[in-house]
Amino acid sequence: MAGNRAASADPDALSWYEATARQRVVALADPGSVREFLPPTERRMSPHLPLFDLPRAFDDGIVVGRATLDGKPVLIAAQEGRFMGGAFGEIHGAKLVGLLRAAIELKPAAVLILFDTGGVRLQEANAGETAIAETMRAIVDARAAGIPVIGLIGGRAGCYGGGGLIAGTCSRLAVSEGGRISVSGPEVIETNKGAEEFDSRDRALVWRTMGGKHRRLIGGADAFCADTVAAFRRAALDLIGRAPAFDLDTLEAEQARLESRIERFGDCRDATDVWARLGVNDPDSVPAMDTRAFDETVARVREANHDAR
Amino acid sequence: METLTFRHTTKKPLPGSVPNAITGVVASGNLEILLERVLPPDACEVAIETPIAGYGVVWEAVVADFVARAQPGGLRISINDGGARPDTVSLRLLQGARLMEA
Amino acid sequence: MTEWRGERNDRDARVQAGRVHADGKVVPAGSVVDLLEAILRPGDRVCLEGDNQKQADCLARGLAACDPAKIHDLHMVQSGIVLPEHLDVFETGIAKRLDYSYSGPQGARIARMLYGGQIQLGAVHTYLELFARYFVDLTPNVALIAGVSADRDGNLYTGPNTEDTPTVVEATAFKNGVVIAQVNQIVEKVPRVDIPGDRIDFVVEADTPFYVEPLFTRDPAAMTETQILIAMMAIKGIYAEYGIRRLNHGIGFGTAAIELLLPTYGEKLGLKGKIATHWALNPHPTLIPAIESGWVKQIHCFGSEVGMDRYIRERPDIFFTGADGSLRSNRAFCQTAGLYACDMFIGATLQIDLMGHSSTITQSRVAGFGGAPNMGSDPHGRRHPSDAWMKAGREGQIVGDPALMRGRKLVVQLVETFGEKLVPTFVEKLDALELARKIGLELAPVMIYADDVTHIVTEEGIANLLLCRDADDREQAIRGVAGYTEVGRGRDRAKVEELRARGIIRRPEDLGIEPLDADRALLAAKSIKDLVHWSGGLYEPPAKFRNW
Repeated sequence: MAGNRAASADPDALSWYEATARQRVVALADPGSVREFLPPTERRMSPHLPLFDLPRAFDDGIVVGRATLDGKPVLIAAQEGRFMGGAFGEIHGAKLVGLLRAAIELKPAAVLILFDTGGVRLQEANAGETAIAETMRAIVDARAAGIPVIGLIGGRAGCYGGGGLIAGTCSRLAVSEGGRISVSGPEVIETNKGAEEFDSRDRALVWRTMGGKHRRLIGGADAFCADTVAAFRRAALDLIGRAPAFDLDTLEAEQARLESRIERFGDCRDATDVWARLGVNDPDSVPAMDTRAFDETVARVREANHDAR
Repeated sequence: METLTFRHTTKKPLPGSVPNAITGVVASGNLEILLERVLPPDACEVAIETPIAGYGVVWEAVVADFVARAQPGGLRISINDGGARPDTVSLRLLQGARLMEA
Repeated sequence: MTEWRGERNDRDARVQAGRVHADGKVVPAGSVVDLLEAILRPGDRVCLEGDNQKQADCLARGLAACDPAKIHDLHMVQSGIVLPEHLDVFETGIAKRLDYSYSGPQGARIARMLYGGQIQLGAVHTYLELFARYFVDLTPNVALIAGVSADRDGNLYTGPNTEDTPTVVEATAFKNGVVIAQVNQIVEKVPRVDIPGDRIDFVVEADTPFYVEPLFTRDPAAMTETQILIAMMAIKGIYAEYGIRRLNHGIGFGTAAIELLLPTYGEKLGLKGKIATHWALNPHPTLIPAIESGWVKQIHCFGSEVGMDRYIRERPDIFFTGADGSLRSNRAFCQTAGLYACDMFIGATLQIDLMGHSSTITQSRVAGFGGAPNMGSDPHGRRHPSDAWMKAGREGQIVGDPALMRGRKLVVQLVETFGEKLVPTFVEKLDALELARKIGLELAPVMIYADDVTHIVTEEGIANLLLCRDADDREQAIRGVAGYTEVGRGRDRAKVEELRARGIIRRPEDLGIEPLDADRALLAAKSIKDLVHWSGGLYEPPAKFRNW
């Protein structure tokens, strides 16, 4: 596949947030190394969307394939956040599950999942929900077989719903400032709990609560990247190198980490309260920090780095 | 969904040897275009799936202008439309042709 | 015996009646209704300050809560019909007649009320016309205005959004009217005196700060390749060609794209210092990269923009600022500047017909005019030359003595051939004509008349209407850039090629522009966050534009 014309071929200049799924994959991997499975020419499209008079995509909104990263073989999946919000449908989910299952046989250095999703596609919800469950199971199997699964999150759809659950099963996560990780989205919370509880139009609040900086500070993500493909590539290589073993010790450490987190921050009313308790000197200045200043802040926060998950 | 297919004869084949390419994303006001070099060198076929019915004459005009300008002989072009405006369609078609010429 | 002091005596009596509810000039927010009922008389002409941005919302709520048995049949004379209360008063009978300029957010409701006869409409004005009539035959008896703070003597600080206030106060205070100001707070000493206290009769400390909507913020993340292509053509085919230094931009994405291309594409073309140096413009956040790159010499503003205050304070060489450091805007002066001191107005519209008349009206909305027709018109009173103005004049001149030739203002419409939801921009007949017929307007609400328009730029190319010599040239020039709309598809292809040969239509390739180069990578900022970076952290965008 000649791939999408990149806004810029230079991974240092190419914005992750702006790039399409295919542009991200091509620019992330070693040049010329990407081999796509079930490419658009195969036309594996959703059988369900036409029933709703909705347009389909030739790849059902996900690119899967093999490539190399610094010479090491990897498997990559990338969701297209602009097609139906990157949501999981039947084909979309099956491509991801298939890729993860193939990892057991192919034994790549890692599986990279480039999340960009609002969760399950409403129009094919049963298949989508099943795909979420199967994906989590397949990730656990891959990790048990010693293959790190790394999530990269910085697209406009964020990583929500089932995508947020799947991210929780990954070995390590990298996130950019624009990236968001959560299960219920801002609108869902507002609809169920009211605007007083969570005003979904207050975008500063949304990012403070679910955005990349918050997730990094509380250790929900393990690396923070500038919004370039090159930064995500460096983060992926780094995280592959320090992925935790998948054993009882790791799981118990993760359980302990989450328990202490809810105990320590459960009564906080706002993310800035959490940051203050984490020891950030001027919590209100965090959203405006550039990457370097933020990295320095993270370096002083003990909880941001851990060997659990 | 409305399905439209236009077949044209071109004066020459599209230069280059890239077998296939894809550009664009199916999103509101956007579209994806899949180009495959699978037809005889003087033939071009453009097949469109669009959720917005009733714009057949506009599609016909956009495709005809593109074929006259790019002479995309040999290409089968498949479009999944998300309600793109004609100028966006023209731009993506030209982007696609450029990818195939590379 | 002729009475020469009737108005003055009447004014004094009103102020006297109002004092009962005040401590000196200061009135608590809870007494607004009592104050208004004491001062207003049935049939009064009232300006309830509703500007493009700033709203006297506390006083608007107060007026709407007055007893219609006491206060009725008011004649409202204000530039903006923006808040629901601005129209509520017509439903209750408090107000009857209306003369205004702009009604963006209330456009649909105002159309229904005009149709239903609840409003007796005088006219829909441009800003300058309405301001002018304040001094001739629409002088307010009472003005209800808004400011940031006031002292107990009534000295008023308007903050960066001065906007219409000085004009309204000038007309009211010096012609026996009563001026009531709402302020966010009463202070010992105001940061600067925008309106001297002897022109203010009462000051109301509002229950909540007045609301300002960010109207001029365009998110670079939403800019499309088509808008970038159009912007490239405008820069190369118009700004560079005519050497446009003094100008006004509309608020659309097309002009915002131009602003973001100046430091990149404009720089590459070697145009820095040669174009776009002096502006009549609201403080558009998208102009920050051009300012920071040294393109812009100075900017005078109609109003301010939410989030730009700190940035403006730190750039006094560029903006007009007061002794306190904050922006001083003034709508009347800036509109005058846009009309007389700018060589070009460039902006978008919703509909253009075959002659080049344009309108932002759709069938069910009366959005009004604001200032676009003032700036988007050729001021025949202009007498100072400039290269751009003279060149346009030469292109448009066909007959007469060359010694008597004068210049032309460039009025450029920057549009995409299709708008939202595939609605065509180019039409055989403007919806405005049908609307005028339906609600009985004497004048069709045309935003910019065909004889003022000099160029139309679309993704298909530039139509230079100055060079057209007859009606057929003009119609085909417009059809020739109308793309795949019905109007565009109806063009005479041979005639369009002839117009292209004569330079009346210029395609991207005629300008040496490759459409595939129209890439978001050309934007000096691709996101609001990039604008914050360009500003050195001084720009503080409102929450709804953030994604961090």
